[in-house]
Amino acid sequence: MKPLLLLLLALTTAGAAADSGTGVTMTADGVEARPVDELMLALGTASFRDKEALVIQLAASGDTRVPVLLQALLDGTLYSDATTGAIIATPADGAPVPLAGAAQADAPTAAPRTDDLRKITVNNSLRSQLRVLIAATQLQNPDPGVRRQAARTLTGNARTTLLPLLDRALAAETDAGARAALVTAQASLHLASPDPATRGAAVAALADTSDKAILTLLEQQAGTETDATVKAGLARAITDLRGREQRFAFVSDLFFGLSLGSVLLLAAVGLAITFGVMGVINMAHGEMIMLGAYTTYVVQLLMPSHIEYSLAVAVPAAFVVTALVGIAIERSVIRFLYGRPLETLLATFGISLVLQQLVRTIFSPLNKSVITPQWLSGSWEINGMLSLTYNRLYIILFALAVLASLITLLRKTPIGLEMRAVTQNRAMASSMGVRTGRVDALTFGLGSGIAGIAGVALSQLTNVGPNLGQSYIIDSFLVVVFGGVGNLLGTFVAAMSLGVVNKFAEPLVGAVLAKILILVFVILFIQRRPRGLFALKGRFVED
Amino acid sequence: MTGSPRLLNDAASRWLLAGLGMLILVVPLLNLAVPETSPFHLSTYMVSLFGKYLCLALLALALDLVWGYAGILSLGHGAFFALGGYAMGMYLMRQIGSRGVYGNPLLPDFMVFLNWQELPWYWYGFDNFFFAALMVALVPGVLAFAFGWFAFRSRVTGVYLSIITQALTYALMLAFFRNDMGFGGNNGLTDFKELLGFSLTSAATKNGLFVGSGLALIAGFLLCRWVVVSRLGRVLVAVRDAESRTRFMGYRVEHYKLFVFVLSAMLAGIAGALYVPQVGIINPGEFAPLASIEVVVWVAVGGRGYLYGAIVGALLVNYAKTWFTGAFPEIWLFLLGGLFVVSTLFLPRGVVGLFGQRRQPPPSAATGGNN
Amino acid sequence: MLETGRHLPTNILYLEGVTVSFDGFKALNELSLAVAPGELRAIIGPNGAGKTTFMDVVTGKVRPSAGTVFFRDDIDLTRHDEAEIARLGIGRKFQKPTVIESLSVAENLELALRGERGVFTTLLRRHAHDAREQIDAILARVGLAAQRARPGGALSHGQKQWLEIGMLLAQSPELLLVDEPAAGMTDRETELTAQLLREISGEHSVVVVEHDMTFVKALDCRVTVLHEGHMLAEGTLAHVQQDERVIEVYLGR
Repeated sequence: MKPLLLLLLALTTAGAAADSGTGVTMTADGVEARPVDELMLALGTASFRDKEALVIQLAASGDTRVPVLLQALLDGTLYSDATTGAIIATPADGAPVPLAGAAQADAPTAAPRTDDLRKITVNNSLRSQLRVLIAATQLQNPDPGVRRQAARTLTGNARTTLLPLLDRALAAETDAGARAALVTAQASLHLASPDPATRGAAVAALADTSDKAILTLLEQQAGTETDATVKAGLARAITDLRGREQRFAFVSDLFFGLSLGSVLLLAAVGLAITFGVMGVINMAHGEMIMLGAYTTYVVQLLMPSHIEYSLAVAVPAAFVVTALVGIAIERSVIRFLYGRPLETLLATFGISLVLQQLVRTIFSPLNKSVITPQWLSGSWEINGMLSLTYNRLYIILFALAVLASLITLLRKTPIGLEMRAVTQNRAMASSMGVRTGRVDALTFGLGSGIAGIAGVALSQLTNVGPNLGQSYIIDSFLVVVFGGVGNLLGTFVAAMSLGVVNKFAEPLVGAVLAKILILVFVILFIQRRPRGLFALKGRFVED
Repeated sequence: MTGSPRLLNDAASRWLLAGLGMLILVVPLLNLAVPETSPFHLSTYMVSLFGKYLCLALLALALDLVWGYAGILSLGHGAFFALGGYAMGMYLMRQIGSRGVYGNPLLPDFMVFLNWQELPWYWYGFDNFFFAALMVALVPGVLAFAFGWFAFRSRVTGVYLSIITQALTYALMLAFFRNDMGFGGNNGLTDFKELLGFSLTSAATKNGLFVGSGLALIAGFLLCRWVVVSRLGRVLVAVRDAESRTRFMGYRVEHYKLFVFVLSAMLAGIAGALYVPQVGIINPGEFAPLASIEVVVWVAVGGRGYLYGAIVGALLVNYAKTWFTGAFPEIWLFLLGGLFVVSTLFLPRGVVGLFGQRRQPPPSAATGGNN
Repeated sequence: MLETGRHLPTNILYLEGVTVSFDGFKALNELSLAVAPGELRAIIGPNGAGKTTFMDVVTGKVRPSAGTVFFRDDIDLTRHDEAEIARLGIGRKFQKPTVIESLSVAENLELALRGERGVFTTLLRRHAHDAREQIDAILARVGLAAQRARPGGALSHGQKQWLEIGMLLAQSPELLLVDEPAAGMTDRETELTAQLLREISGEHSVVVVEHDMTFVKALDCRVTVLHEGHMLAEGTLAHVQQDERVIEVYLGR
C-alpha cells in the first residue's frame, strides 16, 4: 500500500495526475495550479489518505498560511465549519485564525459558532508526515538556525516528493551550515532513487556526515540495497560513521567526566584552602555547600520575577553568607583546636549536625526546588552525534573561573600574601606584624565562602536538601588528598581525573563498584605517593 | 612498672565490673520476679532497651581499644558492628523457615519477592548457629584485616585514615542498599521468629539476651584490659604517642595496628550480633557514616583511653538519646552536635576524666603524636 | 662476603656515592663515608648540608636514588625498612627529643630493651627476669633513677634527651646515630652528654650530628664536614678547622 501511495504522490508532484475528489489540474512544472484555498478547504472532507496528498501539496505551495495550518493540524486545533466548510485554526493561546473559505471573507463580523466546528482529525502516519512537512515549510524561514534545524529534521524522514522543495531551497541557500544540512537531507532522499548512480553519490555524500540518524538510515539501506557498487560504498560509509560515532561518544563521555570533575573541583577547592592550606579538617565543609545552595533558593524567593539574574545575585550572596558562618565557626570553635586534627574533625562534625538540623527546622526536611534559568537549560548541538548540555558546559567554565580567581587572590593580593605567610611560618609572620588570628579567620572564611559558591552551582544540578553537603564531603577529601595537600593545581588535576575516571568506569562496573574502586585506587596511590600527586618534597613537609 | 601489671589493679575497673555484675543480676530479677503491679517492676521493653545499651557499650569499648590506645580514630566501626549484625540476621532469617509470608522453606521472603530461585552461595551455612556465630566475628575481622593491611602498610595515619574508614562504611552502605546484593536492600533483614529455638518475643528470651549481652561486655572488657596491660598495650601507647619513634625502636608498627584493629572489629561484630535479635531488625542504615561517628562521641564523652570511660559514655549518651528523641525529637541532633563540640573543647578527658585519675592520658592522645 | 656478625667487620657503616634528590634538589650528592667499628664520629655542616638526610638514609626512612649503604660490610640497608634496620642493630636519636609521653620513664626503657618484638610475643610474654636490673643500670647511667615512675611527658627538655639516650642504650645497638643531642641542654648537661657518648663508643659505634662546636670539641673525635650533600673534609677538629674550604663554607660568602 505504501509504495503505491508513494508512486501516486510522485506522480502528483510531477504534475501528471489529478486528485480524485476535487478535479484540479496541475501545470507541467510541478507548481500547483490549484489555488491554495481550495486545497485547504478540501481538507475538511478528505479521507486520511487524501489528507496526506493534500498536505504535501500545501507544504510545497510556499503560502504563508500553510505553516500555521500544518501546526494546527498536528496539534489537533484545526477545524472545519460544518455549514460553510471554512477552515479555522484555534490555537490554545490565542484567538481563532480563519484560514480558508467563507469564514475568511467575513471574519471580522461572523465568528464561527462553536457547535458547527468539526475537528479535522489526523492519524499517526499523517502526524509523522506533518512534522516533516512543518520542517519543510521552515526551509524558507529567515533565521538560518531554523533552516539548519529544519533540514536536519528532513534528513532521512522526508518523502522523495519533497525533493523539488529541497532543490529549490538549496539553490537559494546562502548560509554555509544550512547548506551543508540541506545537502545531507537531499542525499538522504536520493538514497531512495531508482538510479544506482544517484544512490552511490548520495552514499558518498552521507559518508562525511556525523549523525546518528544517518547511520541508521545507511544501515537500513544496506539491508535493502541491490547494486554491488553502492553496497560496497555503503559498507565503507557505515564503517566511517561508526568510527566517528565512537569518537564522538568518547568526546561526550570525556565532557561529562570533566563536568563531573568540575563539580568535584568546586566542592573540593574550598576544602583545599581550609584543609590543604590551613590544615583544618572541616567536616562541616559539606554543610557550607548546602548553605550556599539554600542561599540560592532564598535569593530566588526574593526576586521571583528576575529568575534569569538570580544566579548573578546568588553567587556573591552565598559567598558572604557562608564566609560569615565560616568565620563564626573558626572564631568560636576551631581556633581552640589548632594542631589537634582529630578533635577538629569531631567538633566540626558536630557543627555539621547542628547546621543540618537548623536547616531542617527553618526550611523543613523536604527538598527545595531551585529554578534553572533559561540560559542554563538546553544543549549545544554540535552535530548529530555530539551535543553538550549548557549547564554542564557552564559549570566547567565556572569551576575554572573560581579556581583562577582563587589562585590570583592567593598570589597577587596582600591578604593572599599574609595567608601564605601565616600558613608557612606562623611565628615568623606574627613577629613581622601579621595579625595571625585575623588571617586565620579570613582564610577559613575564604574557604567556606568558596564552598558556598560551589553550593550555588550544585543547586543547578542536584536536589537542594539538608543532606546535600554530606554526599560531597568524602569525595572532596579524596580529591584534596589525592591532589596533594596544599596544592591548588594538584586539586584541579585530581578532581578532573577522578571525574573522568568515574565517568568511564561507571558503565563498566556500576556506580557503587566504581566508587569502591576509586577508593581502593586512592589508598594504593597514597601508598606510593603519600603526599599526593603534586607533593612538596623535602624535610620541611614533615612538620 | 616491669613488675606484673595486674588485670584489675585499678579501682575504676573493679567498680565498673561490680556495677555490670549487679546490673545483669538485678534487671532480670526486677522484670521476672517482681510482680507487674509493684513500682519496682521493670518492663520487658526496658530489659531489651538496657540490653541494647550494653551492646552499644561493647561497640564503644571496641572503638576505645583502637582510638584510645593505638590512636587510630576509626570512623567506620559501625560497619563492623553492622556486618556482625547481618551475620546474625542471616541466621535468624534462616530460622524463620517456612513461617515467612510466602512460606518458602528455603528462601527468605525478600528473595521470593525478588523472584529469586535459589539461595545465593554466601547464604549457605547460615542455618547453622555455630557457623553463623563464627561468621559474626570472622567477617568483620577479615574485612578489618584486608583494610588494615593496605592502610597501615601504606602508613596512612591520623585524619587521612579516619576519612578513609568513613569512606569504607559509606561504600558498604551504598552496596547494602542494593537489592541484588542479596541482603534485603533497603529494608534489611527483619521479622525474626526465634533464636536457637527460643521465641524472640518471649520475656525469658529477652532476659537471656540481656544477660548474654552483659556477659559479653564483661568478657570484652576483661579481654581489652588484658591487652592494654600487657607489653603489647604499652607498644600501642607508644605507637599512639610517637609512631615514628616506635618504629625506630624496631617495632613493626603496622603489625601492632593490624592486630588491635582486627581484634576491635571482631568485638564490634559480636556487639552487632547481640544487638540485632534485641531490636529485631538490621538494615543498611547501620552502615551510615553518622552511626559510626556517633560511637566516637560516646567514647569522647566518656573519656578515651580508659576502656571503662567508653562504657560509661555509651550508656550515658544512649540513655540521653532515648530520652530526648522521645521527649523532644527535633532537638536531639542539636544536642548531639553540641556534644561533639563541648566534649572536644571542654572535656578532653571525658566524663571519667573529671574525677581525679592517677594516670592521666596524654595531651597528644588524639593526634597520634608526630603524624 | 664470608664475614658474619660474629666477626669484627672492617666498617660498621659504609656509604658510597649516595644521592638523594627531592624534586631536583640534591639533599645528598654522591656522599661517600665509612665508620669503623667502635668509632665515635662527629658530622658537622651548615644548615641544609644533608646531615639529617644522611641519618634518614641509614635508618631506612629515605631511599637513596643512587649509591650503596652497607652495614657491617654485608648488609645492604637500602633493602630494609625502619623497623628491620632497628632490629639489625642501628639505633637513632632524633633531633627533637621524642619519648613516649604517657608512659613512665621505666616503661620507656622497657620498650626499648632488646628482645623479641613480635605482636604475639609482646602480648603473651613478659620480659626476661633481668629486665629490671638492666633498666636500673641504664637509669643510673643516664641519671634518671629518681624519675623512673614519672611519665615521659613530664620530664624537662634535657631529661627527655637523656631518656632518649637511655632508650638507645637499652636497645644496645651496634651503631648509634645521634642527632644534635646537646640541643637545649645546659653547659653542664652538654659536658656530661659528651662524656657519656665517649664512654659508650668502643662498645658501640657512635655517629653524632652536631652544630655546637664546643660539644664537638668535647667529643674529641674524628670529624666529617658535610656541605651541600657531600663530604667537604674529614679529620680531627683542629685539622678541619684549618681547611680553607671549611672556613669559606662556615664564614665566607
